[in-house]
Amino acid sequence: MTANDPSPTHLQLTRDGQLRHFLTLDGLERPLLTDILDTADSFIEVGERSIKKVPLLRGRTVVNLFFESSTRTRSTFELAAKRLSADVLNLDISTSATSKGETLSDTLLNLEAMASDMFVVRHSQSGAPHFIAESVTPGVAIINAGDGRHAHPTQAMLDMLTIRQRKGRFEGLKVAIVGDVLHSRVARSQIRALNELGAEEVRVIAPGTLLPLDVEDLGCTVEYDMARGMKDLDVVIMLRLQKERMEGALLPSEREFYRLYGLSQEKLSLARPDCIVMHPGPINRGVEIESAVADGPQSVILNQVTNGIAIRMAVMSMAMGGQMAERQQKLAGQQEGRA
Amino acid sequence: MSAKEQRAGIALTITGGQLYDSERGLVDNPGLLIRDGRIAALGAGIHEAGDTLDAGGQIIAPGFIDLCCNLREPGNGQKGNIRSETRAAARGGFSTVCASPETSPVNDSSAVTNLILDGAEARGAVRVLPIGAITRGLEGELLSDMAGLKASGCVAVGNGSRGVRNARILRRCMAYAKTFDLTVMFSPENSSLAADGYAHDGQVTTRLGMLGIPEVAETAAVMEMLLLAEETGVHLHLSQISCARSVDMIANARARGVPVTADVAMHQLCFTESALAGFDSRFHVRPPLRSEADRQALLAGVRAGTIAAIASQHLPHDSAAKQAPLPATEPGLSSIETVLSLGLELVQRGELALADLLRSLTSGPAGILGREADIREGAPADLCLFDPQARWQPSAESLLSVGKHAPVIGRALPGVVTLTLVEGQPAWRSA
Repeated sequence: MTANDPSPTHLQLTRDGQLRHFLTLDGLERPLLTDILDTADSFIEVGERSIKKVPLLRGRTVVNLFFESSTRTRSTFELAAKRLSADVLNLDISTSATSKGETLSDTLLNLEAMASDMFVVRHSQSGAPHFIAESVTPGVAIINAGDGRHAHPTQAMLDMLTIRQRKGRFEGLKVAIVGDVLHSRVARSQIRALNELGAEEVRVIAPGTLLPLDVEDLGCTVEYDMARGMKDLDVVIMLRLQKERMEGALLPSEREFYRLYGLSQEKLSLARPDCIVMHPGPINRGVEIESAVADGPQSVILNQVTNGIAIRMAVMSMAMGGQMAERQQKLAGQQEGRA
Repeated sequence: MSAKEQRAGIALTITGGQLYDSERGLVDNPGLLIRDGRIAALGAGIHEAGDTLDAGGQIIAPGFIDLCCNLREPGNGQKGNIRSETRAAARGGFSTVCASPETSPVNDSSAVTNLILDGAEARGAVRVLPIGAITRGLEGELLSDMAGLKASGCVAVGNGSRGVRNARILRRCMAYAKTFDLTVMFSPENSSLAADGYAHDGQVTTRLGMLGIPEVAETAAVMEMLLLAEETGVHLHLSQISCARSVDMIANARARGVPVTADVAMHQLCFTESALAGFDSRFHVRPPLRSEADRQALLAGVRAGTIAAIASQHLPHDSAAKQAPLPATEPGLSSIETVLSLGLELVQRGELALADLLRSLTSGPAGILGREADIREGAPADLCLFDPQARWQPSAESLLSVGKHAPVIGRALPGVVTLTLVEGQPAWRSA
């Protein structure tokens, strides 16, 4: 019973169901997610050429708007945009405008005045990319590069691409997500993607202090005990643990966390023998994962990074395509109106 | 010529329509004569020279009384002022509003109370009853001059939307207020449990990764306050409750004879956590919109009288306060102009009886303030006339409040207030 349509679907899709912003996986259905994965697959080949460029975004300006610093995510977005032949502007806002008291709306107005076509947004507050998508001029695409605890849809999709490459399917897979689910935008997006793509079971494995209230409602089961949780797994995804979690009385110590929830060879041996190990990075060796596991044969952590570029190329080209299609429809409508 | 002198000698006869007050319920209007700012006569065949108003199709009710309204004066002119916000109140059918102590400076002294009352006398459209701050600066540490506040005209003391630091100070606040027979109005929230949250800890926060305010942040505070009120014997009024369990605890305490009353904001009866699903910052309110089960329990609490009043919790903002990602926006709704309409939607859906709605806007809050709101001979002519069938569409341009972030914009709503009288004087008249 809300005053308006609360679903973000209308915001990120055109009337024909094409992507025009990429804010969250909520409301996106299996055919579209599969389309993203297929498009990304076709871009993987581009990364293997000696000249790694396609002209899909030639003449377009992509602004990397990072209100929270992140070297890795920003670099892969930058590379993705450049491989699509876009002009790229990197703005690290965390230290500049907002600290001088400029509001987010004012920052946006200034950037729009520079005639940008796409903003890639990383922000510490959940919902910031939604706000930006609602306030920018039509025609500018917004890509969420991680907002607060809400969503990190490109990370989840590159994880799905990695799983599909290794397993060839989602049906019948048992996947566990281990660690700090409460603060994790990655986990929220992964749970959503795995459910939509048809995984058999998504488990979250964590102590009670690192789980959001009623997390089962997201479409997962809860397991406090890691040994039990590892049983029959096809995929185990480890989450990064921030050091500050000890301060808020969420955990007693890194040592106890590692003993209970760190992924060691021993615990990994409880899963299926072909279980793959994933981590969104950057990894804390000896806190959430043993070095031997991170570097071992079951680890696909570096494949995730490679796939990150392809997924971001896919999402950026699809969102720009959606914006273009919408613009053409509007122009056609206007011409009809005049005729 | 003063306003009082203007009132003298003006007579108005209202015929037709239906009359509501808590004693009679809803009855056909027998004829109502207003003279010298008072209800002079009730009954058939009354006749007086002067204006006549045909209220056919309309409901004539006592003017609504709001227990929680932020006029933003002194100190927050960009968000509202006495002139704008009392006009908005009159448009909503309110003839009396209680002014929150959360002004700048905080209303913790006679000087600020006098400033508000002088402003209301000079520029106000409706009656303004200030609520004093229960602690100095609302900082939750030192007692305010409660005796002085009462003598200057404060009708109660409260904490606004801020917490009181600890239970020992809370206990002393209550014991001191009891000395002067002052009602204490608390919005219950345990600030250490609420922490940095800004939305109901539940389905929506879990899915969207928002920082939650758990239900227990309210219920733990309610329990503590009920026990302290029971011990001190002070009249405790719990303002803006939002949880099903709070309603239960209040009903239990009342059954034990604890002098406790409660109100709920209209938006808590109409909306739930799902309103935030699209990160709509208008619905960022405090306490947060909670679950559907909570909403149902709050409605049941109003029907049963456990919650005696429905308040607006009107909290106008300038546009910049809401122009940001939801977590960075300020909580609060510009709500006083739409309270009646949202209530009538509840009536249309069969969730609330019209008599319960009107009681909760008139005699309910009046009783909490130790006042009356009945239509009887000799009473001040504070009245509200509205057409429950007519519809209107709130828009940013049409709202009288400085705050334009109303819960419903652009949707046609039932219930148009055609006339609000304060001591017989029109405070609002629809065009």
